[in-house]
Amino acid sequence: MYQLVDKATIGPNLTQYVIKAPRIAKARKPGQFVIVRAKEHSERIPLTVAFTDPEAGTITLIVQTVGKTTLEMSQFKKGESFLDIVGPMGMPSHVDKFGTAVVIGGGLGTAVVLPQAIALKEAGNKIISIIGARTKDLLILQDQLGAVSDEFIITTDDGSFGMKGLVTDALQQLIDNPDVNVGAVYCAGPVIMMKFVSLLTKKYNIPTVVSLNPIMVDGTGMCGGCRVTIGGETKFACVDGPEFDGHAVDYDELMDRLTTYKKYEQQSLGKFEKEHQCKLHQA
Amino acid sequence: MAEQGNGEKLTAKERLAIERVSMPEQDGIERSKNFNEVNLGLQEEIAIREAQRCLQCKKAKCMEGCPVGIDIPGFIQKITEKDYLSAAAIIRQDNNLPAVTGRVCPQETQCEIKCVRGKSGAPVAIGWLERFVADYEINQRAARPKTQAPKTGKKVACVGSGPAGVTCAGELAKMGNEVTVFEAFHKPGGVLVYGIPEFRMPNRVVENEMENLKSLGVTIETNVLVGRTVTIQQLMEEDGFDCVFIANGAGLPIFMRIPGENFKGVFSANEYLTRINLMGAYQFPKYDTPIIHGKKVCIIGGGNVAMDSVRTSKRLGAQESIIVYRRAREQMPARAEEVHHAEQEGIRFEMLTSPVEILGDEQGWVKGMKCIRMELGEPDPSGRRRPIPIEGSEFLIECDLVVVSVGTSSNPLVTATTPGLNVNKWGYIEVDDNLKTSIPGVFAGGDIVRGAATVILAMGDGKKAAQSINNYLTTEIQTGA
Repeated sequence: MYQLVDKATIGPNLTQYVIKAPRIAKARKPGQFVIVRAKEHSERIPLTVAFTDPEAGTITLIVQTVGKTTLEMSQFKKGESFLDIVGPMGMPSHVDKFGTAVVIGGGLGTAVVLPQAIALKEAGNKIISIIGARTKDLLILQDQLGAVSDEFIITTDDGSFGMKGLVTDALQQLIDNPDVNVGAVYCAGPVIMMKFVSLLTKKYNIPTVVSLNPIMVDGTGMCGGCRVTIGGETKFACVDGPEFDGHAVDYDELMDRLTTYKKYEQQSLGKFEKEHQCKLHQA
Repeated sequence: MAEQGNGEKLTAKERLAIERVSMPEQDGIERSKNFNEVNLGLQEEIAIREAQRCLQCKKAKCMEGCPVGIDIPGFIQKITEKDYLSAAAIIRQDNNLPAVTGRVCPQETQCEIKCVRGKSGAPVAIGWLERFVADYEINQRAARPKTQAPKTGKKVACVGSGPAGVTCAGELAKMGNEVTVFEAFHKPGGVLVYGIPEFRMPNRVVENEMENLKSLGVTIETNVLVGRTVTIQQLMEEDGFDCVFIANGAGLPIFMRIPGENFKGVFSANEYLTRINLMGAYQFPKYDTPIIHGKKVCIIGGGNVAMDSVRTSKRLGAQESIIVYRRAREQMPARAEEVHHAEQEGIRFEMLTSPVEILGDEQGWVKGMKCIRMELGEPDPSGRRRPIPIEGSEFLIECDLVVVSVGTSSNPLVTATTPGLNVNKWGYIEVDDNLKTSIPGVFAGGDIVRGAATVILAMGDGKKAAQSINNYLTTEIQTGA
């Protein structure tokens, strides 16, 4: 039903899907996501919508292979179809005129901040983008994000490309720079990264928006599985988020809850890889 | 002795002499390890015998108890004549989900409680007979229902494919309207598929009813989240729908707001059941969605959903499955049959008990619940005696999984994205006696109006809404408008 109009590998373990989904393409605003169920046995997983083409009726998803479901999806061919996609889910990005907005993407979080950066740019903000990864090969979407950024900083933990260090080091430099007035920070990536970015910006009272990624099932607010604690209150990331005030998030709780199904995830992936290998050897 | 079902008139005395039959069930302990249906259904001869118990009252009290007004003596008579398809047709005049209601309706508080036979013995087993007829119809693969009604040229959208939405859709289709049901999930059925477990309501039964609906000409569009994918205004102003029936249910899970509710291993009943019933988690890794299998599971709550959750946990291999309910046994809102089945399956009941804190271990997993004993005081607004904590009675229940099943309320997604739609202070949609909302052409029914209630009440609303919508379309909307 949801046909892959195009599919391409755009980085290591990184796939870009262009999918026919006219209703979603028309309704989606930046910051929203979809829930995908690829096959009958599949989980429902949340994926950020990177771009849409409402005239063509397509949505573009950028997905990193991390486990069984994303691995299985990456084996679909152009022309094949995912079984179910529903959206757009979540609250659209809150976009304001801040003057200068710093957009920070860590790892796959870069695919999440990309639509935010585009929207912030359209709203008249100056965009300084920081993307970080452990090493050069894991950097993604430099060209796409670079195209909407007035300034573009890359950090790698091991110094294999750009500035050696963490995104927080680059951010600190910007904050310390007398010529830069950081109006707001938009950040997505590993939870620990969002936590430390927020701890840093809190010292300077810089408004910070993070995009949270808890485990989801329905995405419509009916199960509460994606509940997060914001300012001491329970919120559902799928309907109240996925963006929240970075200074109010209980990151430790989120990091912990993300590990709930770890052993099942490993089991599933191991089984799939084993079956996949056997088929390859038979060929 | 059972008579041959040849419609031969038995005398009232003969009918009165027949005792209520028993429903064959899977053995309690054995069935607590599988997801197959607990109730196995009546055999034909047994069904006929039960049908003969009906006195065919001229003024049938049972019909007064039925929220959709099924001609109960009518369909029961057909059973005695062995004409089961005619019995099904009679039921379908008023109820388009007989295989569902025959399984989940609380007949004991609706039709059967009014049955005159109940005054001196057991009422006629109306529910079991309805199920017998419905299952016969499914098995015979009789031609699916069609409608000959002339097309009205009017389009109606039903938001939600649960019992209210599909009932309204079916009725409107039978009147010749073009109907589309919009469902947010990837499978239609609402609570029937995600909430009620396989051992009470097999999904294949619901799928069959959806096929019947399509046969009547209804379009079911899954993966449409009204309020996000499309709004109600858009449906009416851009997509050409003349009317909209909002029946999106009361799906927002209520948490207790006690400390520790976010430890790993604490679920809302909605999440627990959706993973298992809709996503097939009990068959992991054949199905990819996982679920935690607890060894010692506590379910907080005393309604049907709590019963479903606790019995499901047993089937997932729990050594101990415990209901923790703050009031007394007699006050549990769950169907008596479900509580009885739960007892047979070895469920432990901790009545007059309320959790005050959920405890977790160093790895963040649930390890127990601190509870307090309750006693009953004066009645509260619901009429039931209010539970009051007994000071100093705190005690610990060790457990590794907790399911919070204390109710659901309205999901604000539709109401928040539909300007002009009036809701009450709890977020339920306000309607008049004809289920009309504050927006012309927009109607509402089911749990989104009533708060969490039953399948049959939702169906009653669906039926009533169809009538109201039909009146509206034929009288209030001018042709060509």
